[in-house]
Amino acid sequence: MKKLLSGNEAIALGAYHAGVSVATAYPGTPSTEILASISQFNDIYAEWSTNEKVAMEVGLGAAYAGVRSMISMKHVGLNVASDPFMSAAITGINGGMVIVSADDPGVHSSQDEQDNRLYAKFAKVPMLEPSDSQEAYDLIAIAFDLSEQFDTPVLFRSTTRISHSKSVVDVNKNRTAPKQPLFKPDMPKYVMLPAYARMRRPLVEERLMKLAAYAETFPYNQIMWGERKLGIVSSGIAYQYAREVFPEASFLKLGMIYPLPHKLIRQFAEQVDRLIVIEELEPFLQEHIQAMGIKVSGKEFIPRIGELNTLIVKNAATGTGLLAKPQQQKPTVSLPPWLPARPPLLCPGCPHSGMYFVLSTMGQRAKLLDADGRAQKEPGLIVNGDIGCYALGTNPPLRVHDTTTCMGAGIGHAQGMEKAGVGAKVVAVIGDSTFLHSGITGAVNAVYTQAGITIIILDNNTTAMTGHQEHPGTGISAQGKKTKAVDLEQLVKGIGVSDVKVVDAFNMKALRAAAKSSIDNPELSVIIVRGACVVQVKRRTAPSAIDAEKCDKCGVCLMIGCGAIQKDNDRIYIDTTLCVGDICTICQQICPKGAISSMPTAEAKK
Amino acid sequence: MTIKKQDVLIIGVGGQGIILASDILGEVAIAAGYDVKKTDTIGMAQRGGSVVSHVRIASHVWSPLIKEGDVDILLAFEKLEAARWTPYLKSDGLAVINNHAIPPLSVSLGTSQYPTNQEVANILRQRTDKIYFIDGTDKAKELGDIRTLNILMLGYISSLLPIKLEIWQDCISKTMPPKILDINVRAFEQGRKESTRVNL
Repeated sequence: MKKLLSGNEAIALGAYHAGVSVATAYPGTPSTEILASISQFNDIYAEWSTNEKVAMEVGLGAAYAGVRSMISMKHVGLNVASDPFMSAAITGINGGMVIVSADDPGVHSSQDEQDNRLYAKFAKVPMLEPSDSQEAYDLIAIAFDLSEQFDTPVLFRSTTRISHSKSVVDVNKNRTAPKQPLFKPDMPKYVMLPAYARMRRPLVEERLMKLAAYAETFPYNQIMWGERKLGIVSSGIAYQYAREVFPEASFLKLGMIYPLPHKLIRQFAEQVDRLIVIEELEPFLQEHIQAMGIKVSGKEFIPRIGELNTLIVKNAATGTGLLAKPQQQKPTVSLPPWLPARPPLLCPGCPHSGMYFVLSTMGQRAKLLDADGRAQKEPGLIVNGDIGCYALGTNPPLRVHDTTTCMGAGIGHAQGMEKAGVGAKVVAVIGDSTFLHSGITGAVNAVYTQAGITIIILDNNTTAMTGHQEHPGTGISAQGKKTKAVDLEQLVKGIGVSDVKVVDAFNMKALRAAAKSSIDNPELSVIIVRGACVVQVKRRTAPSAIDAEKCDKCGVCLMIGCGAIQKDNDRIYIDTTLCVGDICTICQQICPKGAISSMPTAEAKK
Repeated sequence: MTIKKQDVLIIGVGGQGIILASDILGEVAIAAGYDVKKTDTIGMAQRGGSVVSHVRIASHVWSPLIKEGDVDILLAFEKLEAARWTPYLKSDGLAVINNHAIPPLSVSLGTSQYPTNQEVANILRQRTDKIYFIDGTDKAKELGDIRTLNILMLGYISSLLPIKLEIWQDCISKTMPPKILDINVRAFEQGRKESTRVNL
């Protein structure tokens, strides 16, 4: 049966058909849909784990117990999970275990750009990489077989363009019967005391040699002969761009990118006049081939930064003389520099807007920052942000985050700034899902070190940015079943925070009062700002409207950064199709003239 | 008549139903026997940011991303986005633009200005004279649900592709929940009717 599937859907379906019993993940673009898809099968166990490290540990536990497990995450998720991952590489597995790492070349939705192929070499484990959805579906099943055959976790690399592209898949398998769990104690294998770990080390090297031999005949490492003038080594999505630019060339396409098939590479290199590598991000394949003493080029003309595409590859090839310059240049289009950008925003009715409006107006922040978000002086309030929708509050007009690095880091940053002795008050802002992911340990540290900071938890009861996944605080499992919810208020009180306030996200007076009193408190304080994500709230009431006679166009309402509030030709008005109505009313509460009110329902219907 | 190569770029603003439109176009092309690849760049936002969807239809497709300068049909749900993605259009390609503005916040804040229809057309004319503004949002509102815009826009381009009407109808009825199927069928017909009024 032919289906149009995204890479992520194909990975999920392929893993399901390969007899996976346990699937774990923490949401992260571009990997999220893998677990979202596979969790729809009720005959497997799937969970949104607290974070990627836990996901890896649960997956490894399931593999130790003898069943097949799949753990999926975005590239930076593997940084979080790297500790148990490195251990898995040395203990090996029992049931097959595959870790899907979805990289984000071009940084579409991440805090960094990293090439996780390097993790395969680092951990000495095999890595497979599909170049479309069909291969994603086929290769994931092979990954499980390899895992069991060589007693190793297998890394499966995707990238944004593989995960988020749909292509035709011949879904030609049925579900393989899952393995029955059976754990037989084997201390020298599973208990990594130094003595046992030393015993495992040579086995890891042996395994890698066996895998390298296997790679020589791996059917997805494939030579496709064309003209012998140019030979191209490629893999993953880069292969598609390369193939489109060089339809006549010979190709060595690699489906297993670690360890590499030396004989096959030599055989290919010897039979072409010129050898190049076309790969996205790091010169991973190129350096390996160079280390074999083979003359090869690639990153001399293919960019190592950002996502590739056909045009980039084509221009690089033309620039270096691999392709003739076209006789006639296409006329270029010049876009006027004034064309407005459209940065993503907090949604109209977002429960983060109220607290962010309050923070943006405190400590002279708005006045100190220039158009680029820089200031020459320390503001009276420093806000350490975190990873989630609320990071969009960095864009004008709110301009709230002073730092944003990785999941859960803002609390540590806030404590570090305070201990460094900055003159400003210091705040950490973090979402509920991110707090549970890795904010808790930072909060425990803040209690222990008696940090005088304020932690603001923006609790919208979901993992919003990645598309509303459940988490330990929501009380619903990944497969939609009711479960126990972790109570954030009890949690922070339990670790010893005495100043804990819970505030309604849309009550501006209460938000301002809470922010003021908590930030003024010299001791550690926590504010939980509670309000459901507006995308999940289906209820809409009559929109707000601005009374043109009362409005003096002061523009305060525009400073919320609400997409529904617009201005043209000196008129400020509310787009009735975007305003969410009574669940928000932030603009009504802050208007100094009282010019904004809810439209009568009858009028709104017109 | 068969399609040799058809690269369609569907663009607009988050929340306009672009991904669903490109999904349906992809399913239609598969049902008509073609190879298809499609990819979306949504960026970070649930709502409000630029959304771009590439749909490539041919007997075999390599890259899912359309090469800049290769787009056959630019289907814009929003005017500013049409201007922004003009470099992707091929010479003499077709630009179908919903005559509707969603100003970015910077316009309201007074730090930038929204282009006029004339300015949008001038930018597009660097690539093509085949520029068609259609009142998609207004027509969708008249039908009774602004959310039918995406199907209406699909209806508009449906008559340009050599794919049987029944395949379109079949894919739409398979994709749409029964509750909103009827209004979307009417939106599709409305869009298709609009396109036959002009000599494309």
